[in-house]
Amino acid sequence: MIVTFYIAGTLAIAASLGTVLARDPLRAALSLVLCLLSLAVLYVTLSAHFVAAIQIIVYAGAIMVFFVLVIMMLDPGERKAGGSRLLWAVLGLAVSGVLLALLLEPISVIPEYGGEVSRGFGTTEAIGGAVFRHYVLPFEVLSGLLLAAMIGTVILARKKERGEGVA
Amino acid sequence: MIGLSHYLILAAMLFAVGTLGVLTRRNILIIFLSIELMLNAVNLAFVSASRFLHNMDGQAIAFFVIAVAAAEAAVGLSILIAIYRARGTLNVDEVNIMRW
Amino acid sequence: METELIRWIPLSPLLGFIIIGLLNRQLGNKLVGLIGCSSVGAAFIIALSLFSTHVLAGEEVLDNVLTWISSGNLDISFAYKLDPLSGVMALVVSGVGFVIHVYSVGYMHGDRGYGRYFAFLNLFVFFMLTLVLADNIVLLYMGWEGVGLCSYLLIGFWYEKKSASDAGKKAFIVNRIGDFGFLLGLILLFWSLSDLGMPSLSFDKIKPAVSQLDPSTITIICLLLFMGATGKSAQLPLYVWLPDAMEGPTPVSALIHAATMVTAGVYMVARMHFLFDLSPVASSVVAWVGAVTAVYTATIALVQNDIKRVLAYSTISQLGYMFIGVGVGAYAAGIFHLVTHAFFKALLFLGAGSVMHALGGETDLRRMGGLRGKVPWTFWTMFIGCMAIAGVPGLSGFFSKEAILGAALGKNVGIGALGIVGAGLTAFYMFRLLFMTFFGTPHPALPPEGGGIKGEGEKHAHESPWVMLVPLVILAFFSVIGGYLSVEGVLHPFFGAEHPAAEGEGGELVMGLSILMALIGIGLATYLYVMKPGIPQFLAWRLNSVYKLLLNKYYVDEIYDALIVNPIKSISTMLLWKFMDVGVIDNLLVNGSASVVKFFGRTFRRIQVGNAQAYALFIAIGVLLILGHFMWR
Repeated sequence: MIVTFYIAGTLAIAASLGTVLARDPLRAALSLVLCLLSLAVLYVTLSAHFVAAIQIIVYAGAIMVFFVLVIMMLDPGERKAGGSRLLWAVLGLAVSGVLLALLLEPISVIPEYGGEVSRGFGTTEAIGGAVFRHYVLPFEVLSGLLLAAMIGTVILARKKERGEGVA
Repeated sequence: MIGLSHYLILAAMLFAVGTLGVLTRRNILIIFLSIELMLNAVNLAFVSASRFLHNMDGQAIAFFVIAVAAAEAAVGLSILIAIYRARGTLNVDEVNIMRW
Repeated sequence: METELIRWIPLSPLLGFIIIGLLNRQLGNKLVGLIGCSSVGAAFIIALSLFSTHVLAGEEVLDNVLTWISSGNLDISFAYKLDPLSGVMALVVSGVGFVIHVYSVGYMHGDRGYGRYFAFLNLFVFFMLTLVLADNIVLLYMGWEGVGLCSYLLIGFWYEKKSASDAGKKAFIVNRIGDFGFLLGLILLFWSLSDLGMPSLSFDKIKPAVSQLDPSTITIICLLLFMGATGKSAQLPLYVWLPDAMEGPTPVSALIHAATMVTAGVYMVARMHFLFDLSPVASSVVAWVGAVTAVYTATIALVQNDIKRVLAYSTISQLGYMFIGVGVGAYAAGIFHLVTHAFFKALLFLGAGSVMHALGGETDLRRMGGLRGKVPWTFWTMFIGCMAIAGVPGLSGFFSKEAILGAALGKNVGIGALGIVGAGLTAFYMFRLLFMTFFGTPHPALPPEGGGIKGEGEKHAHESPWVMLVPLVILAFFSVIGGYLSVEGVLHPFFGAEHPAAEGEGGELVMGLSILMALIGIGLATYLYVMKPGIPQFLAWRLNSVYKLLLNKYYVDEIYDALIVNPIKSISTMLLWKFMDVGVIDNLLVNGSASVVKFFGRTFRRIQVGNAQAYALFIAIGVLLILGHFMWR
């Protein structure tokens, strides 16, 4: 367990850095896939089986595929770094660093939690119970959101017709 | 023992890395990917909290986050396609038409 | 007793003003003149009937029109009171005013501003009547300010002439300085009274209360009020506007600057007699200022060559006499002289106007002469006026002047002496005027210079129309019998037993001295201007510097200009205008704040240039700040 955590964790961090620092969007996307998979492993260690499955199927399997598809389609050219990149890099690092510090500080003082989970924790049945008992409204709104997203995507990505401006 | 704090520290680090990517990179696609990274970091936090506090709500929320992330990615990428078609570039600096 | 009739005394001319002012064009000149005269005439009739039925019977009549300010203990109403003092004044104002209005119908005939003239003149009568009939000092002040305004409007009546509009401004501004003092005095009075717990400003209520005031406070109040009087009644040092005011039409000079407005100061002192009684210091200031002014302006009048200017300085001088009267406590005598002076001074001014009308606007005495035969009515009435003012026995001026001189000599020999000297000078310069105008050889007819006021260009002198002559006759009549109207008799009970009739020690001595001075003056004038006309010029040449000093009015206007007017103008220009207005307000504050805003705008605009990542950065920084705040609370 412990070992799994550390391996998966390290992999996740490494992959995330790979995403952020990659030169090429394709490589970044693939790194992110790796990161997502590590996270799925971590979910399993956390007894969140359903979420792990969803992560792989939806996130890594559908969203990232979509990303890669778009990357392939657009084929943006290589970009050379500009002069002001340094300033931005420094600023970004600074902000991220401070953010990390601010986030870590309370984490270090939380009390210890522990204990075994009950049987059936994290199963599909359990998720279903939580969602359909406590979060029915968000669930329904979510379907509306997905509908809107579908419609939006279709319109936005349409090929331009005569007389239409940028969608 | 691996406790809640371990997982939360990991989540925090992933989140920080994602922020770094958003603020630093110029390519819109990579910025998008960094945003997804941040979302995942949050998911990790929720799920780990759910496990250690013995409450299914965290996982339910993670479920919703994934669904919303899907919708957002779809729409966002369509916009990106539209921008690419209009501007011919995916560099944030170059799609800016405001005078400085 | 209470009535609602008194208000119609001032309201009739107010109505006249409104009607003429609004309907001038529709009414036409004949109707305008009719309305203008009848409104004042109506006022006179009402005043006369109320006066004779009530006041002479010893009652006071009160008319509370409406309550103006009612705030806590303070109650100021629009209330008119008819008592012996205000009644006499109201009769003089409305009576003489009426006569002058009739005269104006003839004098202003054909003038472009005929309607405007009568409107303003009616407005003036309204304010003056409000002033004299006021029941409280605030309403008096309102009338006071109002007559100042009308004076300005009427002096500058021919506003296209620069000298006229300048004179109007000068009058108003100098008056304002005096009014400032008056207002301070009023405020101080009110303040001290309210400290004592009785804040009221109606004369009836102030009278018993003032004895409790601190004596130095009373003196200061009196002096401040008197400062207003020096402005309004043209005494030293604020007299300088009156000679210039002769730019206005002559009937205006007669009404406002001889008979009524300028007497407001005297009236005010008489009205506040209970206050001045309590301050011997202030009273002597009043008397001395009056005396010095009387002699000082008489000396200037000796050598002036403009007929109206002689009369102007004479007015100031006679006002000085009135102030002598009220200054030494002989209030009834002072008011008596006010009344008689109204008669003969108005007469003299209207007569001068008649002369000017005959000569096509000429005012220079050196260009007149020998008019005796040509304008007989004018001559004889003016002759009566001159005799009255000189104090020839039997005529009104004699009695009033003697009353004042008697009281003055009884109080202070110095003041009395000045008064007597002044009487002699008065007789002299008035007859000088008379002789230069009507006697001697007619001056070769010259066209009037500078487009004389009427500009008719008549080359031969003719007598004025009857509408101008009848007022002259009426005023001459009253100048003769005025002394027998027992004005003093009516007023003495009003002022109380502390002011007995002016019986100085040498009652006959006074009478003798004043007759003597009159004779000397007239005699000298006769000698110099009728018998040996060359001598005045010779004297002027021999005593050249003295002559120039007097002719130039002691250069007082120039002194005021240098000491006061020009410094104020340069300070205003350099400090207030260039520095404050342009520099500070325009450049620093207005343009400056615009520049600051522009600067900050330009700077902060850089934050929002459409760079989405910059926005994200700022959001991130914001988040950090909020997190940090919560963390370290």
